[in-house]
Amino acid sequence: MAALAKPPESISAAPRNAIIAKLRAFLPTEAVLTTNEALRPYECDGLSAYRQLPMLAVLPSTVEQVQSIMRLARETNTKVVARGAGTGLSGGATPLGDGILMSLAKFNRTVKIDPLARTAVVQPGVRNLKISEDVAALNLYYAPDPSSQIACSIGGNVAENSGGVHCLKYGLTVHNILKIEIVTIEGEKAIIGSDALDAPGYDLLALMTGSEGMLGVTTEVTVKLTPKPQLARVVMASFDDVEKAGNAVANVIGAGIIPAGLEMMDKLATEAVEGFVNAGYDLQAQAILLCESDGTPEEVAEEIAKMEAVMVASGATSIRVSNTEAERLKFWSGRKAAFPAVGRISPDYYCIDGSIPRRALAAVLRRTEELSIKYSLRCANVFHAGDGNLHPLILYDANNPGELEKTEEFAADILELCIEYGGTITGEHGVGIEKINQMCSQFSDAERDTFFAVKRAFDPDMLLNPGKAIPSLARCAEYGRMRVHSATASQMPHADIPRF
Amino acid sequence: MQAFINNLSQCIKDNAQKSAPVAVLGGGTKSFYGGNIVGEAVDMCLYAGIIEYEAKELVLTVRAGTTLVEIEAAMDAENQMLPFEPPHFGGASDDAKATIGGTVAAGLSGPRRAYAGSVRDFVLGTRIMNGRGEDLSFGGRVIKNVAGYDVSRLMAGAMGTLGVLLDLSFKVLPKPAAEVTLRFELDEAEAIQRMNEWAGKPLPLSATCWFDNTLWVRLSGAVSGVKAAQEKMGGECLSPAGALHRESQHASAFWASCRDHRHAFFQGNDDHVPLLPHQPLWRLSVPATTPPLKLDSPQFIEWGGALRWVRGNLDAKALRAKVESVGGHAILFRGGDKSAGVFHPLQATLVPIHRHLKAAFDPANILNRGRLDNF
Repeated sequence: MAALAKPPESISAAPRNAIIAKLRAFLPTEAVLTTNEALRPYECDGLSAYRQLPMLAVLPSTVEQVQSIMRLARETNTKVVARGAGTGLSGGATPLGDGILMSLAKFNRTVKIDPLARTAVVQPGVRNLKISEDVAALNLYYAPDPSSQIACSIGGNVAENSGGVHCLKYGLTVHNILKIEIVTIEGEKAIIGSDALDAPGYDLLALMTGSEGMLGVTTEVTVKLTPKPQLARVVMASFDDVEKAGNAVANVIGAGIIPAGLEMMDKLATEAVEGFVNAGYDLQAQAILLCESDGTPEEVAEEIAKMEAVMVASGATSIRVSNTEAERLKFWSGRKAAFPAVGRISPDYYCIDGSIPRRALAAVLRRTEELSIKYSLRCANVFHAGDGNLHPLILYDANNPGELEKTEEFAADILELCIEYGGTITGEHGVGIEKINQMCSQFSDAERDTFFAVKRAFDPDMLLNPGKAIPSLARCAEYGRMRVHSATASQMPHADIPRF
Repeated sequence: MQAFINNLSQCIKDNAQKSAPVAVLGGGTKSFYGGNIVGEAVDMCLYAGIIEYEAKELVLTVRAGTTLVEIEAAMDAENQMLPFEPPHFGGASDDAKATIGGTVAAGLSGPRRAYAGSVRDFVLGTRIMNGRGEDLSFGGRVIKNVAGYDVSRLMAGAMGTLGVLLDLSFKVLPKPAAEVTLRFELDEAEAIQRMNEWAGKPLPLSATCWFDNTLWVRLSGAVSGVKAAQEKMGGECLSPAGALHRESQHASAFWASCRDHRHAFFQGNDDHVPLLPHQPLWRLSVPATTPPLKLDSPQFIEWGGALRWVRGNLDAKALRAKVESVGGHAILFRGGDKSAGVFHPLQATLVPIHRHLKAAFDPANILNRGRLDNF
């Protein structure tokens, strides 16, 4: 890991000092961070295996300041990486040693709530969960709920098109926002989307959602609010075989049910979680499913009965249904705490985010198990089963020499597996720097060229978060050689070169 | 089918070299929509068929020239639907011609849009041919996918100007178990207020429409949920008592007439609307809570207040200014004088971005040249 970090001195002092002086002309002293000590908190996002101090960091508090920063970046040909809460898991906000890190943490106000229109206008630094808290009294909420919702910010959610456990029924970020205000690399403000249900021209809102901060900087977000269901209950079913659990998932959907949430955990994940939160999970089960129904009490009763019947018919060994809200939250507590729980049974873990057609679930899990044996690394599986999004967690110890590299190879193999089965390398976490190599496998040269052309349409000089998400031709050529190479030798070549 | 792709690629490359436009055509049921059609015609109806449809995956992959009628028949057999309820424009005889490619290119959704989502919301992946004749795939056949920019959704509503749509993947949903339609006598302002209030409550709304002092509301969902909501909301029920499972014929015909513009308002032959069929039809997309626009022309409101159709010889400039002042945009949907622009002008900042995007996909500007006419 240490080998990845370049000190800020990696760019020469003179241009850096000139940029600092220009920034200080319009930003308060405390909004320009330059010392290693002050920059340390920004050296990584949720993908903490990769660290890099930025050249400097800025904390603007007005849109005008963001505009000035962008103009300065353009004039001086300086790269800019925007950052929300820094909870992202793919290194989308990993700083660049020769770039400005722009934190939008000070944009933390809810600007307007319109109960009749069911919308909230929020600044990008507002936390996901805070939106729901602010509108709770109106019996409304913001539906996308990534596991990090206590901490993650809505600006970051837009950048990554974040999902959560309820997106099969309620959609991703892209389905739950109406409008964003952005600042372009030219320093101009633009409104993308509208307060109506569509806007003139190309659907730039769809294009920008999930674009990993590479097309513009979001300075305001208008989100849709959803009426809170009157009631939610969850069915917890145990299975003695992972394949049976996978089939149960398909059978639920096949029965015409769209559950509010449908999650799966394997035995290792269940054990880790149970020791952490005592959610009452069945430790004998090879897999457990959590299947939620929400709506009116009548609808929920009808749907829960159907879900139970499907689970029984699919071979569930035991079934429990939450009878109170407290019990429902308890059942969910384990799933929501899966990552930290796994963190307790292993010094380090590496989270993967592949997405596959549900029918491939059993096969992918079986082959993951084979890889686990091959690499001698344990792997716990949590899975947004309803929408085919896998989160294998590879357990490793970074203090063991070579183990991170081995983990990365294991992870890369799982992602290649997802592509092989007709899926994708990232369902909801983004490509960032983490999965950039696998973009070479998933897309052709012409497709990747198209992505670059899209980027240049917004950012001709490639200054916004460059080097993320879309690999260059040269990089893909290198990755191709490396994949061939690793089939014979398990050592990553050039382990000392910066990975981004 | 590969022969079709190869020919298409060659045709695009040849035309790109000559800077000669190519007109991508499906069933032609939406040829009235957008800027005028120019150039060598490419008949996408030759590129048709369902590629993969596995109901339990909730994913459908089809070729762009497949008709909506064929797709809906396949989905009926699995008791599933395209949740955005796409319109089938054209007269009764043309009804079967609307294609899925045209639907995505035009970006049009039907009555369920305000409650279930739009066509772009359900697009998961596309295979396209760009203006260089390159065969490209974006997105995929899985529900969640954030690898690369979302070029697939960008195709929805782009009027075929960024690429020829080849294969399209969608998320699909089960049909609701129960459906009823309720009717209320309300004036425009009351109807707008009521639609918005209801949308803020956990009610299984799936369509709303106001016309001629009558508000129509469709509820869809589990039998018990629909029944409970119906009791709460009141109004006159169009379904016979006890027949909750399937919409009455009268009600489903009504929603199809809204969706396909066969309703008297759109045909211009309603007693209440003494209009001639050739009078222009405007599509106003506005925030749902916008109060009555007072345009002195007959209006037909859908999508909980967010979509307002207006017929008449309105002044384009004044209408656009008014709609823009409430945060919306106006499209000259059918008929009228297209010289003033079919689509609403873009914000100045977005014009260069649109031009650059168009050039990125179609550098010679040959694909459906001029059909998206606002940049």
